[in-house]
Amino acid sequence: MIIANSYDVTLSVAGHDFVTAGEAASQIKRTLETLNLPPKLVRRASICAYEAEMNIIIHACRGQMGLRVTEDKVAIVAHDEGPGIANLDRAMEEGYSTASEEIREMGFGAGMGLPNMKKCADKLSIKTKVNEGTRVEIIIYLPTSEG
Amino acid sequence: MRLIQVVQTPELRLEVKAGQEQLDRVVKGAYASDLLSNVMARANEGNIWITLQAHQNIVAVAALLNLAGIVIAGGIEPQEDTLLKAEEEGIPILTTPLSSFEVAGRLYALGIGADDGQAKMAQS
Repeated sequence: MIIANSYDVTLSVAGHDFVTAGEAASQIKRTLETLNLPPKLVRRASICAYEAEMNIIIHACRGQMGLRVTEDKVAIVAHDEGPGIANLDRAMEEGYSTASEEIREMGFGAGMGLPNMKKCADKLSIKTKVNEGTRVEIIIYLPTSEG
Repeated sequence: MRLIQVVQTPELRLEVKAGQEQLDRVVKGAYASDLLSNVMARANEGNIWITLQAHQNIVAVAALLNLAGIVIAGGIEPQEDTLLKAEEEGIPILTTPLSSFEVAGRLYALGIGADDGQAKMAQS
């Protein structure tokens, strides 16, 4: 599977805006489908994009998401201005969440976002600073041959 | 089995609230959960999703996963913006007074099992 040229998309995500939640992830998914990438890879990338987008909406003030597809990989970057993650080790634990009760009642904040990303990504790197923001980079490698 | 056959099963007491045009979709298994991230991780393409959540964000989850449709159980009525979004995205939304447990049991009795793909997906 070879993508001839790199493909870039940048999307804005507004913190606390549950009305348009999921639109950045949907656009990333549609782009990857247009590029005819394998459905399993599109699924993994969609899950990562959705969780990253929801994290910005749940926790941050504002953020941006970017997608870059090159011949060997899909890279999704989400960075935000927000509270940052005080304890990254704990944040990576399944079930650990700092989301409010109200957000949990909507079915978010189950403490599965980052663990889901980790499972679906080939590489996940997170840089975060308390009271400044967080940058999450997700890499998924494309299969070297068909299938 | 197609979604329309599920809708026409009287015991499920389903009412179509959105996505009337999409009922010819093939149903490949079902998944029940009210945690959105859990659904993202475990539900598969073609699944019916049984939930008590009725806000508009369920539509994005179903669209991203190419789910067959959403059953909102427990007699809960979806919000108006949920239905608008579902029409936009072409996601069938069905409601029933039955509990999630009863819906799951009756779907299982119809021959709709947990999707085989689920275990595979969880590993990949």
